[in-house]
Amino acid sequence: MSDFLGQFFGQFFGDPHALLVVVLAGFLPNEIWRMIGLWLGAGVDEGSELLVWVRAVATAILAGVIAQILVSPPGALASVPDWLRYTAVAAGFFAFIMTRRSTLAGVVCGELVMVAGKWWLG
Amino acid sequence: MRSVTSTVLTPVLFATYLGIGALAHDTHFSLGWALLSTLLVWAGPAQIILISTLGSGATAVQAAIAVTVSAIRLFPMVVSVLPMLRTPQTKRRQLILATHFVAVTLWVECFRLLPQVPRQRRIAFVHGLGVGLLSVCLTATALGYGLAANLPQLFGAAILLLTPLAFLLSTARNCRQLADILALVLGLALFPLASLLHTGADILIGGVSAGTIAYGVHWWRARA
Repeated sequence: MSDFLGQFFGQFFGDPHALLVVVLAGFLPNEIWRMIGLWLGAGVDEGSELLVWVRAVATAILAGVIAQILVSPPGALASVPDWLRYTAVAAGFFAFIMTRRSTLAGVVCGELVMVAGKWWLG
Repeated sequence: MRSVTSTVLTPVLFATYLGIGALAHDTHFSLGWALLSTLLVWAGPAQIILISTLGSGATAVQAAIAVTVSAIRLFPMVVSVLPMLRTPQTKRRQLILATHFVAVTLWVECFRLLPQVPRQRRIAFVHGLGVGLLSVCLTATALGYGLAANLPQLFGAAILLLTPLAFLLSTARNCRQLADILALVLGLALFPLASLLHTGADILIGGVSAGTIAYGVHWWRARA
């Protein structure tokens, strides 16, 4: 039984060294910022001015992540020309505004423009 | 739990994690490894960075640095969500699990949904939402891993475009104050400038300066 279990886990998880890597290179460097937030954020009041600043910084960092994916795209997205990526996002944003802030309409419209453009380019 | 199905971000997350599962398969990680990374890391960009850097032959230390830079955004997110969850009696350890669940989707949904939830039940609400979203993503990771060999390139490109589109629009939807709108616009505009500096911390530099300028304008208008 334990042999069977051992074999199952061996197949499912693969190399134990790789599991150590996911904890050391993935989990810890990521989780540390959440825990620092928990540790330092405990005393912050909900309506405080500090929180307005913190939220503005969080929003701007997120905007930076968005800009990075669009400007230097990863993997298969790099096969889409620059102008088409920007057009697709602009079209998505336009649809979002026109539908009084419907995220779904914006996402669907942006994706359609990108797929149609890519298909048209061949 | 019902809020899991009420958000358009759920299908977006599902598709993103299909992509992450497929990416893990193509870079020869095991299925268990991919699922464990979803469970423990629980942040799309960090997982894409982890898998692609390790897959390209970088060392674990290089991957850890790239992941931690992308994760800095989680710090202000946690700081801004926790005051909504807390009551005067709440102990810090009761917030650990909720803190782990904080990522872009949960952050955005907390601002949208928590005002309708009584304060005493907010931690339980976030636990439910977090477990629900996590289950969706674990399923998608496994499915993407299994389907990897059959996905065309156009599909891969469409999935990768989902992240910036959904992040942009869901954040724009939640902008209530002038400071939030300015932070979003300036953050987009300042990133290309900050990346000219080639410091490796472009996102951090652009984000902190754009956020601070946005706050400065808010502060100045509040005084005037």
